[in-house]
Amino acid sequence: MRILSLAGRRLAASIPTLFLILIGVFLLLQLAPGDTVDALMAQMGGGDAATAQQLRKFYGLDLSVPAQLGNYLWHLVRLDLGFSSIYGKPVATVILERLPPTILLMTASLSFAFFFGLVFGVIAARGVNRWPDTLISTLGLVFYATPSFWFGLMAIVVFSVYLQWLPSGGFQDIGTVQTGIRGVLDIAAHLVLPTLTLGLIFLAIYLRIMRASMLEVLNLDFVRTARAKGLDETHVITRHVLRNALLPMVTLIGLQAGTMLGGSVVVESVFSLPGLGRLAYESVVQRDLNTLLGIVFVSALLVIVVNFVVDLLYARLDPRIAAEG
Amino acid sequence: MSETVLSLDALTVRLPKGADRPHALSDVSLSVASNEILCVVGESGSGKSMMANAIMRLLPNEVGIERGRMMFDGRDLCAADPAEMREVRGAGIAMIFQEPMTALNPLRTIGDQIGEMFAIHTGLPKAEINARVLALLEDVRIPDPKAAAKAYPHELSGGQRQRAMIAMALALDPKLLIADEPTTALDVTTQAQILKLIRDLQQRKKTAVLFITHDFGVVAEIADRVVVMQHGAIVEQGAADTVLNDPQHAYTRQLIAAVPPLTAPPPRILSGKDILTIDGVSKTYRTGGFLGRGARVTEAVKNVSLRLPRGATLGIVGESGSGKSTLARCIVRLIDPDSGSIVLSGKDWAKLGREEIRRETRHIQMVFQDPFASLNPRRKAAELVAQGPIVHGTERTTAIAEARQLFELVGLDPSAGDRFPHEFSGGQRQRIGLARALALKPDVLVADEPVSALDVSVQAQVLKLLAGLRQQLGLSIIFITHDLRVAAQICDLVAVMKDGAVVEQGLTAEVFGRPQHPYTQALLSAIPGGDFTRKRDALIA
Repeated sequence: MRILSLAGRRLAASIPTLFLILIGVFLLLQLAPGDTVDALMAQMGGGDAATAQQLRKFYGLDLSVPAQLGNYLWHLVRLDLGFSSIYGKPVATVILERLPPTILLMTASLSFAFFFGLVFGVIAARGVNRWPDTLISTLGLVFYATPSFWFGLMAIVVFSVYLQWLPSGGFQDIGTVQTGIRGVLDIAAHLVLPTLTLGLIFLAIYLRIMRASMLEVLNLDFVRTARAKGLDETHVITRHVLRNALLPMVTLIGLQAGTMLGGSVVVESVFSLPGLGRLAYESVVQRDLNTLLGIVFVSALLVIVVNFVVDLLYARLDPRIAAEG
Repeated sequence: MSETVLSLDALTVRLPKGADRPHALSDVSLSVASNEILCVVGESGSGKSMMANAIMRLLPNEVGIERGRMMFDGRDLCAADPAEMREVRGAGIAMIFQEPMTALNPLRTIGDQIGEMFAIHTGLPKAEINARVLALLEDVRIPDPKAAAKAYPHELSGGQRQRAMIAMALALDPKLLIADEPTTALDVTTQAQILKLIRDLQQRKKTAVLFITHDFGVVAEIADRVVVMQHGAIVEQGAADTVLNDPQHAYTRQLIAAVPPLTAPPPRILSGKDILTIDGVSKTYRTGGFLGRGARVTEAVKNVSLRLPRGATLGIVGESGSGKSTLARCIVRLIDPDSGSIVLSGKDWAKLGREEIRRETRHIQMVFQDPFASLNPRRKAAELVAQGPIVHGTERTTAIAEARQLFELVGLDPSAGDRFPHEFSGGQRQRIGLARALALKPDVLVADEPVSALDVSVQAQVLKLLAGLRQQLGLSIIFITHDLRVAAQICDLVAVMKDGAVVEQGLTAEVFGRPQHPYTQALLSAIPGGDFTRKRDALIA
């Protein structure tokens, strides 16, 4: 109960942050030359100044910047994300269509990175300064230093073009829309390469953190106590070290949820996935302010939710947190 | 005659290249019999903890046993393979460590961690294990064993945690118990209780105990036989009475002499004028609490009034949590007192503003407990000392030159100023800390546990230095300590604090000689080896 109220308080504290971010993005976009109407006119193949004037009036773009901002926030408070003039649909609908691939991609890469980061981190820490450690640490450095788009392209070249094992892009097979279990398998096959591409960099980070925190915990006094009890090395790790070493990893997940959303923009573009990241990119190009702000809002919500879960998890893992509440 | 449980025969442990000596232990031979407590005494770096880890075969990877034998239960532990060793650890030889906070896994309950002993070495069912855990916790006299079993380590006090450690170590009735400084991190009254507990349990279960300590007071309290170690070798061993009363080796004599006497030296004539008067100072901490909910209020200092005559030393003694450090920080205004006045040379410190405090702070300086943590590791010693005067407007070159003179004053080589803090030993670092405080030529020095982190022989040197400086520079000192022996040695006046309030104060000889308050009496009687020192003091006098 105490933990819940603690996390709830943190949640409430993030609301002002959310508004500050929205206002910041809004003002930043005002600095960019051109607006939605310019993009629309360009799509239509040009038009006269009077039409542009009319369109601006229709979308409320002729108002002053503070008035526009005020309008937007007033709508937002009533949970109305506005209307996207480019897609011709409410922003909420546009985002909801694009949300599932991104969430799937994020969850999959996060789980992949977390699980293998943990396993490799433990292996590296147990063989510290011997060959498993050197191999894993070097590979980790390589993954970390390589840009993700290059990984994506190479993965496409090897697995899609050359070996023809996996599809090169998209979210599902467009030719034959499948349902049920086959549909799930189809989506899974499409997501393998993007997940690996996005996950590898985070895997490298997690593995380094896990290795470092394992080494630190292994040096603590209670590990010596555990050994003095007569526990064998495997049980020392599983019963005493692992949970203590996991604490920094869990913190990191919360911190990196946002980074991961950013990384998915690149990966979604490389694998032409119809996700939130690409939508964001397109909205910037098309000056679709309403959609962009909507995406920022939803992404921020996602990050807040992830952090909320991480808080709860952390309190579950570490009994000292609940006491300090 | 009791049988020998463990015997070490010419045990030699090699240190990695580049260490300060080639061997951590050289040719150590000793034996422990059942139903006896063997104390291993030595200062830090003497290899006594290394010996405990060698017996358990828990040495760090780069440290190895070079030769020798360790006979336990009819086999040589030096030759045992890891699986055999695991059977011995916990069941045959159990261990208690110094720091009860870090020696327990913070994420698992006490009961769980004690129960693990049975889970490893026996096939008992869960219900039986739980019953045994409760019985063990009752044995070590933890209040409310049921709740303690469900508690996490951070929910228990230091003494209770150490009791839980003892319960864990004794779970399987081991033949040998190794206790590595088990009471060093505890308050004096708690220490006395834990020592008594170890003694009681040892006598009841006829366990052999290898007790490692640096404190001859503890030795006098608990030991049957004593082994004295220096630089990895045994310099003297024998029955406790013989070693304590008739030490043969020079090092043993030096160690015993370094234990501060309990009786105060003859009182000095104190000046009639007070340099510092503290009147009704209080400080309350409020933690947690959001809109007043669940707030915890801790009265750290309650209405404390003290006076410090010019040139005198006022000792503030008390156990951890008694508020003595908070009081010290209030006096130098590192924290702001809630109420009361602190008058130094006519000015009320409690009422000065932030800016004025910064200007006036050179009249009152502080020396901190931990000589490792309180010096910036990235700066040279001379710069650290000169920093204060430079901030207060002294020319840089003059300040550095003065710093070098100060080094000489505190007994360091003036050329040491070009070295970094990590190149000094603990005692030397504390001298740098003193030089740093003295650089501003303060009238009052507030020393917060300045010798607690030091070995006894180093402690004696620093105390002597402090007494000399007091004379030479006419310093007035507020000396905060939990160690009553140290207080007895250096303080003219002493104030005993408990739960934020001063329960007794007066001339040191009077307070320690005829304690009025029951708490002072309890503190004095809890000092380990008190009888021994009193006897010795009487002989000297």
